[in-house]
Amino acid sequence: MKKKSKVPALITWIIIAAVYAGVFAAEQVLPATSMLFTVLKKGATYALVAVSMNLLNGFTGIFSLGQAGFMLIGAYVYGIFTIPVADRPVVYQYYDGGVIQFALPVVLALALAGLAAAFFAFLIGLPVLRLKSDYLAIATLGFAEIIRVIVQWNPMGPVTNGSNMLRLFPNFNDFNIRNAQGEVTVYLSTLIPFLISGVCIGLIVLLLNSGYGRALKSIRDDEIAAEAMGINLAHHKRLAFCISSFFAGIGGAMLAMYQTTVQAKFFTTAMTYEILLIVVIGGVGSVTGSVFSSFLFVAASEWWLRFLDEKQMIGSFEVPLLRNGFRLVVFSVIIMVVVLFFRRGIMGTKELPDLFRKKRKEEAEK
Amino acid sequence: MWNTIFPYLLSGVSVGGQYALIAIGYTMVYGILRLINFAHGDVFMVAGIVMVYIAASGLPLWVCIPAVLLITAAVGFIIERVAYKPLRSAPRMSAMISAIGVSYTLQNLVLYITGGLNKQYPTIPGISNSIQIGGATTKVVTVITPVLVILLVAALVTLINKTKIGMAMRAVSKDFETAQLMGIKINSVISTTFVIGSFLAGVGSVLYFTNYPTVIQTSGAMPGLKAFVAAVFGGIGSIPGAVIGAFIIGIMENIIKGLDVILFKAGVIAKPLGLAIFSDAFTFALLIVILVVKPTGLFGEKTTDKV
Amino acid sequence: MKKIMMVVLALILALSCFAVSLAEDLPVVKIGVFEPASGDSGAGGKQETLGIQYANIVQPTVEIGGTTYKVELVMADNGSSADKAPSAAQKLVSENVSVVLGSYGSGVSIAGSEYFKNANIPAIGLTCTNPQVTAGNSHYFRVCFLDPFQGTVLANYAFKELGAKTAYCLGEAGNDYDQGLITFFQQAFEGLGGTVIHDDFQNNNSDFTSFLSNAQMYGADLIFCPVSIAYSTQIVSQAASQGIAIPVLGGDTLDSNVVAAAAKGTSIDLIVTTFYQEGANKEFDDGFKAWLASDAEAMTNNGGNDMIAGVTCMGYDGYFAALKALQDAGSTDGAAVMAALPTVEIDGVSGHIAFDETGDAIRTSAFVKKVNNETGDWEFVAEQTVE
Repeated sequence: MKKKSKVPALITWIIIAAVYAGVFAAEQVLPATSMLFTVLKKGATYALVAVSMNLLNGFTGIFSLGQAGFMLIGAYVYGIFTIPVADRPVVYQYYDGGVIQFALPVVLALALAGLAAAFFAFLIGLPVLRLKSDYLAIATLGFAEIIRVIVQWNPMGPVTNGSNMLRLFPNFNDFNIRNAQGEVTVYLSTLIPFLISGVCIGLIVLLLNSGYGRALKSIRDDEIAAEAMGINLAHHKRLAFCISSFFAGIGGAMLAMYQTTVQAKFFTTAMTYEILLIVVIGGVGSVTGSVFSSFLFVAASEWWLRFLDEKQMIGSFEVPLLRNGFRLVVFSVIIMVVVLFFRRGIMGTKELPDLFRKKRKEEAEK
Repeated sequence: MWNTIFPYLLSGVSVGGQYALIAIGYTMVYGILRLINFAHGDVFMVAGIVMVYIAASGLPLWVCIPAVLLITAAVGFIIERVAYKPLRSAPRMSAMISAIGVSYTLQNLVLYITGGLNKQYPTIPGISNSIQIGGATTKVVTVITPVLVILLVAALVTLINKTKIGMAMRAVSKDFETAQLMGIKINSVISTTFVIGSFLAGVGSVLYFTNYPTVIQTSGAMPGLKAFVAAVFGGIGSIPGAVIGAFIIGIMENIIKGLDVILFKAGVIAKPLGLAIFSDAFTFALLIVILVVKPTGLFGEKTTDKV
Repeated sequence: MKKIMMVVLALILALSCFAVSLAEDLPVVKIGVFEPASGDSGAGGKQETLGIQYANIVQPTVEIGGTTYKVELVMADNGSSADKAPSAAQKLVSENVSVVLGSYGSGVSIAGSEYFKNANIPAIGLTCTNPQVTAGNSHYFRVCFLDPFQGTVLANYAFKELGAKTAYCLGEAGNDYDQGLITFFQQAFEGLGGTVIHDDFQNNNSDFTSFLSNAQMYGADLIFCPVSIAYSTQIVSQAASQGIAIPVLGGDTLDSNVVAAAAKGTSIDLIVTTFYQEGANKEFDDGFKAWLASDAEAMTNNGGNDMIAGVTCMGYDGYFAALKALQDAGSTDGAAVMAALPTVEIDGVSGHIAFDETGDAIRTSAFVKKVNNETGDWEFVAEQTVE
């Protein structure tokens, strides 16, 4: 075995640093109303959620469709514990201000969001993780639906505000540093989500490169062989499930911050499908791919393809077919093409440093 | 007591029958391809939308209904050829993702065509009328559904047990590779399965949307999921199992919607608890329980994993 | 082949630049239209947008600080859903609109609110009746009445005029409009001595038969279902086939020709409160109907006939309130318009509009309308006021 070159890793670090510097600089220079920042914030959020899903589906081979449920738990825990006490009577208007009469700092609430999601994952994992691939998928999907309803149930109202919206909790814009007049002096509203998401994804990468990560990959490749090699299947699967849900919970909290409101009814199966499609487009089994495709997916659906939803005139010629909804049709067709013809997605199973390794070596690795 | 429960049973039997027609498609496809065809619920929805547009063109109903059933069957056939056939040798997860992609595409396509607005389903004379039964008023279709379901299932079971293509289907679902080696034309068997499944979903859609006459791009999602749960509940691969599972789920779902009243009238609870909201969640709770306790479902055959 | 393509593309680009430069005779002021064009409230959002579009045809220019500006409407579909609202709101903000109109539906308005606030752009709510939309928000104004008022009007009418003692309320879980109106109705109705039973259904539900059975089993005297058009049409038609004999009561969302059509030919007693009664302003009615007749797309968006919905009229009034604010501000800057809005007063087709200190329209009356089951038209019942 040859010694690994350090150059690719170095290039990777430089790229990551450049991205962060670029985000920071862009935020100070460009108008805050630009669509770019919406895409970056939502993209960073989805990147974390997609990577956490990839950890299960791509690296451990557990086909779970419960992502929206864990995000919901994260979003609600974050919202419930960070709404300022003074604003609670307004938010919980039908429940006399709710039962919780304190607010936690943002970082603590984020961690709690993750832990709560992981705890529920542990509970649901006990029975569900014994199931086979597609049965597991449908059971986790069912779990997400159940949790959505429990949160909305009226007697839960004093805690969850029933089916009504949670809002007025700290969002990304509250990270901007303001002077005494309330004018923004340093913009951080995009950099912070990048940092949260970056740290979390970094942790996942560390995990994947550790002995645990190799054990998870061996489970994906061949469960029976892995077990024969002495890997405790149940333990490892449960661990992966809880860790993935932990980060999905944090991702949910970030989504809450991005949207500025949280409501259970939007954490539907469709959301899980969307994230799954992001993972597939990026490449099942590639962290880099999931990150790339999150930004691509969000940018395409929220920004670049929006013109397809409006009438466009070229001179006096009206482009046919363009009207509300066409964007999504084009989008679905692109996704189907990827799913059918580019099954390996953008990155396959490669990561960013792999792109800078010499070709010869790549072949040798195969 | 009976008078209190009866209207819910009636609604349940009716919607259960409609789920059953969708569930058969799931269970047949799963039995043969081991694929959860997530797009099946959307095929059901497409059947509804096609009916709306065909009826709006002014054709008489006796032309519309067969046309809708034919088109739905064709849609199922095309989906299989375009989205699943190329992935036959790929891992199972790829096919499932493709199914999710098809579901996404169908919904978005319908969103685009309808402009995202609810479409009113045409009234079908005869089965849309109201009738009195056992003290409750309901549509004729409610009563017709279970009868029609039983007839269709009997026909289908005969087809599977008595005809050559039925035998091929049984063989393929037993052992895919061996069946292929024995000279069974796998592709035509699979296509037939999709055509039958979609055809029944089309019939289901006519009944369902006559009862609940609004169609929108998401109309198929929930009935689709529930029908799938029904198929799992009854034991995937088993047609009678899927039908019985569907009836149980339909009835339970409606009982839950009325559970507050039933308990209230029976004096168990003093005031309503808002339990109706759990009607969908209950279906999934049932699914998880059955998967854990008896993963093969009520009538499923025990399968062993091959190493 | 490639070369030809390139030439064609270049030509198209050049032409489109040319076309843009021709159109820019007058300076342009942009008004954002934050309305649902799809989803559960799509039908209502489209009718509200029609009012804005018609107003834009009636008055396409505005005089700001001595210059005549052309008013350009920038549309953003919020998809009736609070998770699509942020990017729709951001789209309007990024196009530098001076003021935003909308939305139909309180939840989406609340969801978009933060984005307008951060960009310092005022918003005028047209038919979002939940108090939360404007409460504590300096940048959100509205031209319609509020749910505590509407809920009280409906409760009074139900208890005193219809003589109901038990009301069965049915709402969509997670819809701020439904839940708000039901809560305020419940408070008022129970205050009068009535009993209220409240059930919720899940988003995308289409089987209401069991809920309607619930109403019968509880022995309710009326069904109150202030839900989106998408659900109310289904409730009305399923109630008809189930032979429900008690009245169905609704809020302003039910004031739509689509819902009236569902009740046509049935024996369902359908009663709603709303902002406008057709016939109150003949000039507006005739002009709007003439426009619908001349524009097939507009006619489709209005549900296929030319009955005027209350929300259309609110869209029309909201547009003129926005123009007045722009005039008063003397500038197209969002912050200036926001400063001018509190003192804006206009005489709209739905009545006199002025804002109180929270930014809500000062309104003391609502119209009660009822469906004529034979013709499928709305008939005026009463004008209700609450002190």
